[in-house]
Amino acid sequence: MNRQSLDNPSDPSLSRVDGAAKVTGTATYSAEYAIPGLVHAVLVTSTIAKGSITAIDSREADAVPGVLAVISHINAMTIPGWPPKKQPAERVPPGTAFRVFYDSLIYFDGQPVAMVIAATHEQAMHAASLVRVTYQQEPHRTHFEKNIAHSGIPLNVQRAKNSPFQDYERGDAAALRDAHVRIEAEYTIPTQHHQPLEPHAIIAVWEAEDKLTVYDKNQGVKSAQGQLAQAFKLPRENVQVVATYIGGAFGSGIRVWPHTMAAVMAAKQLKLPVKLVLGREQMFTSVGYRPYTKQKISIGAVKDGRLAGIVHEGTGQTSMYEEHLERTVLASRALYACPHVATRYRLLPLDVNTPTWMRGPGDATGMFALESAMDELAYALKADPLEFRLKNYAESDPERNLPWSAKSLRECYELGAEKIGWKNRLPEPRSVKRNGMLLGYGMASSLYGFHRHPSKARAIMQADGSVIVQSATMDIGPGTGTAMTRIAAKVLGLNAKKVRFDLGHSALPDAPGQNGSSTIPSVGSAVHVACEALKSKLVALAGEMPEGRKSGGQLVVRNGRIFSSQDDKEGISYADILKYHYLNELEVTEESKSGAERDQYSMYSFGCHFVEVEVNPLTGEVRVTRAVTCADVGAIINYQTARSQSIGGVVGGIGMALMEHSEMDHRFGRYVTTDFASYHIPVHADVPPIEVYYIDKPDMQANPIGSKGLGEIAIVGVAAAIANAVFHATGKRVRELPITPDKLI
Amino acid sequence: MKPFQYLRPKTIAEAISMATDYPEAQYIAGGTNLVELMKRGIASPSKLIDINHLPLKKIEHRYDRLRIGALALNSDVAKHKSVLSRQPLLAQALLAGASGQLRNMATVGGNLLQRTRCSYFYDLALPCNKRKPGTGCGAEAGINRTHAIFFAGNGFGGNEKSSCIAVHPSDMCVALAALDTEVVINGTSGERRVPLKDFHRLSTLQPELDTNLQPGELVTAIEVTDNAFAQHSHYLKVRDRASYAFALVSVAAALQMDGGRIWDARMALGGVAHKPWRYWAIDLMLRGQAPSEKLFREVAEHEMQSARATTQNAFKIKLTSNAIVAALKAATGIS
Repeated sequence: MNRQSLDNPSDPSLSRVDGAAKVTGTATYSAEYAIPGLVHAVLVTSTIAKGSITAIDSREADAVPGVLAVISHINAMTIPGWPPKKQPAERVPPGTAFRVFYDSLIYFDGQPVAMVIAATHEQAMHAASLVRVTYQQEPHRTHFEKNIAHSGIPLNVQRAKNSPFQDYERGDAAALRDAHVRIEAEYTIPTQHHQPLEPHAIIAVWEAEDKLTVYDKNQGVKSAQGQLAQAFKLPRENVQVVATYIGGAFGSGIRVWPHTMAAVMAAKQLKLPVKLVLGREQMFTSVGYRPYTKQKISIGAVKDGRLAGIVHEGTGQTSMYEEHLERTVLASRALYACPHVATRYRLLPLDVNTPTWMRGPGDATGMFALESAMDELAYALKADPLEFRLKNYAESDPERNLPWSAKSLRECYELGAEKIGWKNRLPEPRSVKRNGMLLGYGMASSLYGFHRHPSKARAIMQADGSVIVQSATMDIGPGTGTAMTRIAAKVLGLNAKKVRFDLGHSALPDAPGQNGSSTIPSVGSAVHVACEALKSKLVALAGEMPEGRKSGGQLVVRNGRIFSSQDDKEGISYADILKYHYLNELEVTEESKSGAERDQYSMYSFGCHFVEVEVNPLTGEVRVTRAVTCADVGAIINYQTARSQSIGGVVGGIGMALMEHSEMDHRFGRYVTTDFASYHIPVHADVPPIEVYYIDKPDMQANPIGSKGLGEIAIVGVAAAIANAVFHATGKRVRELPITPDKLI
Repeated sequence: MKPFQYLRPKTIAEAISMATDYPEAQYIAGGTNLVELMKRGIASPSKLIDINHLPLKKIEHRYDRLRIGALALNSDVAKHKSVLSRQPLLAQALLAGASGQLRNMATVGGNLLQRTRCSYFYDLALPCNKRKPGTGCGAEAGINRTHAIFFAGNGFGGNEKSSCIAVHPSDMCVALAALDTEVVINGTSGERRVPLKDFHRLSTLQPELDTNLQPGELVTAIEVTDNAFAQHSHYLKVRDRASYAFALVSVAAALQMDGGRIWDARMALGGVAHKPWRYWAIDLMLRGQAPSEKLFREVAEHEMQSARATTQNAFKIKLTSNAIVAALKAATGIS
């Protein structure tokens, strides 16, 4: 097996700027701030899925030494930004975010119903176990399959005529009806949870009556700041949110969740700093999840292998109080050149907490169905699955009728096929054994829409010639700080050691949260333009200096010095410029955002995954033995950290395909797989050698750095590639994830 | 976690006397299971008797048997020379269980006494006859994909107030069951020995009891008598991921072969019953036979005749049968 290089030799990577802090334990995570006088909150959660609280008896809990308060809807403060409570309590209409400790109503099992605050975590834990809550129970609906009749067009979509989730149709439906070969199949993805290893945690500190600081695990300090300011009716700048280090999130930190509000309330009521860390089991009902989704695909092709039509329908679950919409069916409109495409998206409200975005939200779900169906159709046509895809390659966006800003998916396919050895694959399913194991190869495509949000960055040249770059962006793991440092260092011609990048604090310049593969395209562009602006200022200032004047204004920047373009012996250092002008520092803040190019081009990240699996013919155990992932995301900013992100995506895809499954006992409406013994994520032994390849061609239509998002396409399609390989190995098509031994024996 | 008192006896006798005097006390060794149970409020001993420093760590081979102290760490047992040379099945089973970190903490005695991983047992909000007798078995009509197929449910477990379809989670115990291990137990009236087959209980009538240990008794060692299985033994574990997962099904197969024929055979199954499930008839069925896949299939299906599925675990009947075949093929070296 060829061992892949760990770096790009022609453009060596910058090692993680925060790597040493993380591995030596000096990086401070949300729960780790040593705030004097800190007290500890533990949530008590509901044990019914629907109904109301009739009584809360906290006498035993109150008696535990160290207990300071037991807070519930009975004695919780009034949140100024929330509407007045109704008497008697009324269920909220769909579209209302859940309000913690607001009234007696229960919307889902695991809902916070009380909170114990005590001097130590242990005291709070013990006391929480002694709070007695009694309920008036009502019949609940949690079973997706049994309640599918209650699904419908989301209200949000009914109200918004130009919503991308509207029913869509192009071309003539007769094309599919008359197709030479047609497949119709249903695909099911169970509920799956992000379960980052670092649990969600918050420390809430009211610095003054109207000044709040929270150290909170989230993926967007600015949006958290806005939501908290709104809830407590405070000026934005009176709320500061700090999230410098995040131990994984995968989407679970995009929103401000009830436990965050609960801790902030407790801190306000007690006038003490409060820490709240969710227990592993609480993570299953507190911070969202990938929703249970059922999809139906009808797909057909004419004799020569050209697609005739695709009808893709998807229904996802949501809560009774909010609508969570996902891009489940959208990829089917854009991925292939197909004359007839129709998509329909529905939601099924259930008595559960609201789902949220989980890595590749909707697209990972939808691509499992679409790329499984493509594989099924290829076999039905007796065509090679890769050639079948190439035959239907979309040279322009068939949905928007626009040219792609850039697309090198064909090169991805070719590279992936070469690296996995696709041409040696025998087409017949269940035809090859290796060491007694059934051997199979599968592949799938990946795409993800381009997201670029307005972002600001500040670049400050210091008197010593080093630079500080700042933006309120986040790093939930991909190495944002490292990539941004690299961008700044390249623009300014500085050694990366002379660049510091600050992130994860709401006082920094505006930036979007880290989601939707948008950080590098958005914030990377802002850092680039801010550093370019700083450089221009420095060049202008250098031009006013005697050495600069000599050159007649023709100055170039190299290795952190400014040279006359005629004479590159004598250079002016950045420090010299600031010193000459009596400046302690030189600062610029720039904003970067999309322009008219978004209407001229269709922009996507593309990729594909090839996997090799072994299936034990007797026990049905599947092991992924090799994976090759190829991505076309424009320019790669920092190969090493990009590669880690791709590997992480494939590992997540292995979990999605083979093991992740949050099981609920619907008699109680309660999850039963609420620990890592029963909710399986891949361990090292499940992770094969993963080879990562990039086309690395800048897409200069997309943004000034020519780079598009990588986070999502790393996982989108992986589950389909594995399911397709399992079919190739065994001849069994598994359309319901996860692919566990029971489905194969 | 309920506050508790920590006790540290100096001798085995003192430990036993403490445990006898305080019925709500529990011994703690590695604590890899007990601490979790305490955190969740499933176990709430008023006193913890820490036995870690008692002289029960020794692993030694004397006369005709291997004796392993109850406090020997799982990781130490798995790499011990005498274990590897004389009872490799035990080492294989140990290494199939838990993770490296857990094996470094967990003891042999604790492994014998670990509690089921049934989700209903671990959730105070759900019914469980094992955790709270009389509340019903949550799993029987609930989520039971990983639950028992032998002597469980369908009337085997008594009535609904006492039924339990949980499985014993240990890998080590499955190998020990196949190897006819004896458990050495000390109590106020001295030492007694219990064959492993009689150490764990089926769930009938009193599912809250996992073992036949009497109040105050302390497991001090296990003993495995020498055998001729080292060349032809195999531990096969089928699970939902490659490592660090409890068994869907496991098979400990120990055979003695000579001249291409099987002369002695032992087998135990894990993940299928409330205790390690000994396949008693296997010796009779294999003795004197030449190994073949056909024979192994017959043997496997014979035992599965008495298996009964609940609502979600019917696949385990076929899976167990296949796993038996795979384990016997591996143990005999046929392809």
